[in-house]
Amino acid sequence: MSSRQISGQRLWPVHVVLAIGAAAMIAPFFWQLLTSLQSPAQATSVPPDFVPGWRWSNYSEVFTSMPFLRQFLNTVLITVVRVAAQLLFCSMAAYAFARLRFPGRNTIFVLLLAVLMVPSQVYLLPQYQILMHLGLLNTLTGIVLPGLFSAFGTFMLRQFFLSLPLDVEEAARLDGAGPVRIFWSVMLPLAKPGLISLGVLTVLWSWNDLLWPLVVANDANRMPLSVGLATLQGEHSTDYPVLMAGSLLASLPMILLFIAAQRRVTEGIAFTGSK
Amino acid sequence: MALAKAPSSAAPAAVPAAAAARPRRRLGVRVGERHGHPREWIWGYLMILPLVAGLACFYLWPIVQSCYYSFTTWGVFGGQQWVGLANYRAFLSDPQLPKAAWNTVLYSLLMLLAIPFSIVLAALLNQLRGRHVGLYRTLYFLPVVSMPAAVAMVWRWLYNGDYGLINYLLSLVGVHGPHWVSDPRFTVYAMGVVGIWSSLGYNMIIFAAGLKGIPRHYYEAAELDGAGRVRQFVSITLPLLSPSIFFVSVLTVIGGLQMFDTVLMMLGRANPALAGSKTIAYLFYEDVFLDNRQGMGCAIAVVLMAVLLVLTAVQFRLQKKWVHYE
Repeated sequence: MSSRQISGQRLWPVHVVLAIGAAAMIAPFFWQLLTSLQSPAQATSVPPDFVPGWRWSNYSEVFTSMPFLRQFLNTVLITVVRVAAQLLFCSMAAYAFARLRFPGRNTIFVLLLAVLMVPSQVYLLPQYQILMHLGLLNTLTGIVLPGLFSAFGTFMLRQFFLSLPLDVEEAARLDGAGPVRIFWSVMLPLAKPGLISLGVLTVLWSWNDLLWPLVVANDANRMPLSVGLATLQGEHSTDYPVLMAGSLLASLPMILLFIAAQRRVTEGIAFTGSK
Repeated sequence: MALAKAPSSAAPAAVPAAAAARPRRRLGVRVGERHGHPREWIWGYLMILPLVAGLACFYLWPIVQSCYYSFTTWGVFGGQQWVGLANYRAFLSDPQLPKAAWNTVLYSLLMLLAIPFSIVLAALLNQLRGRHVGLYRTLYFLPVVSMPAAVAMVWRWLYNGDYGLINYLLSLVGVHGPHWVSDPRFTVYAMGVVGIWSSLGYNMIIFAAGLKGIPRHYYEAAELDGAGRVRQFVSITLPLLSPSIFFVSVLTVIGGLQMFDTVLMMLGRANPALAGSKTIAYLFYEDVFLDNRQGMGCAIAVVLMAVLLVLTAVQFRLQKKWVHYE
């Protein structure tokens, strides 16, 4: 066996360093949880009180001081629609860019890549104006709309399609299957790992997105959680226990999703890094 | 953070490769080998249509519009008036600009500090096998998946001058901590720490994937030659990891120069330290969405875009000197 496995005993310094780092990484979460269970007086005592007060009412107060449930559902809805649309539009286009031949294919593709190089500030105001003209400001449709299309997702899936072997596709073609049939019944199933990675990354991005919904939504009932939290902070700027409870609840779904789909998330990120 | 939207700057390089990868099959069977059959064209265009239409409406045309707006001033009741370079001149002579530019650069430099840390952590993690790996990875990655608005709130509390955990810990070693988020001398550093904390896990995953790609026998050969762990790290790991380091640095610079969320969420608009802590992207937000100076805001956005393009081009140029592709 290689020397790495034999040197099992010598791994303890590695564990020590990684564990100290990990402790520093999760300390803020620990503090967030602790404060979320304390009374305001306990939270602001000097020196700090390290005993949780088990004040669960902070959590119920989150639901009364902001339309938490409503905003939670908004966020879920926005995220689901974006993921579905991105997976459909991006995979269709990515397949065409990777495997079909048509005049102007590479030119169009390079043009789309320009979107990746441009900071979001450049298209923010015109996007806002489009929504204004369509009367979609302050609506969920408006929040969702630009995020239905993704140059990043198309690029990522195109790379994935290019890495798939040609044989299966050829066989299907010889059997007389058309491009749509091949795309839908042959290529999409093969691209499942890529689709899942893009889906997970889109969920994360959509759930946490702040700037766009912040400028589009003013009505508390039409905000996603990220914007709702910003508003909560404005109104309860000193009630830290409630703020901590709210921020924990808002982050929790993504933390759970990550723990459940850890491999997919890390694979997706590693995939973007390797291209 | 702009995790899923992370612009992949390695993109253009892949295009010629794709063209070359077209296999020369079906020779003589189809009409027009290079462009395929017209039936294939139609399907190709139909399949890219929804995406291209969406991106053209919401991204490509807006880029053109913003460039145009940057040369105009907006009336209160709508309508734009051409003012030439006035917005650019006003922006460049804006007394807020030097401070905001410095804050943005400083923040990006702090974010780059995350890279050496994450390389070391990824290398350490790479020594382990089994279930510990997943556990550590999860712990380091939690900040990446947490909602930035929530993260900013938690750190604002940790940084609290009177009751925050950080100043309490400092007081244990006899240091009287400042008001981190309301003293402009410290705000950018405070935000930098949050940025590093939020990106470590992401960087680590990229580096861990890069490390996996380094063949084991290089290390075995080095070991036979008597090279120690440190020597191996410097002579094998770092050079072979350089493509990942390059990728992460490009993304870090792009993200760092656009920093906005943390200023708004951790500092807040009512903060007395805000004036000294603004970033370029914050100036943009203020001009466009708070102060009704849309033309000026678009000029900022265009300048930011130009700076990013130039910086990315420079990084690509410089990579030839230090990035090793196998």
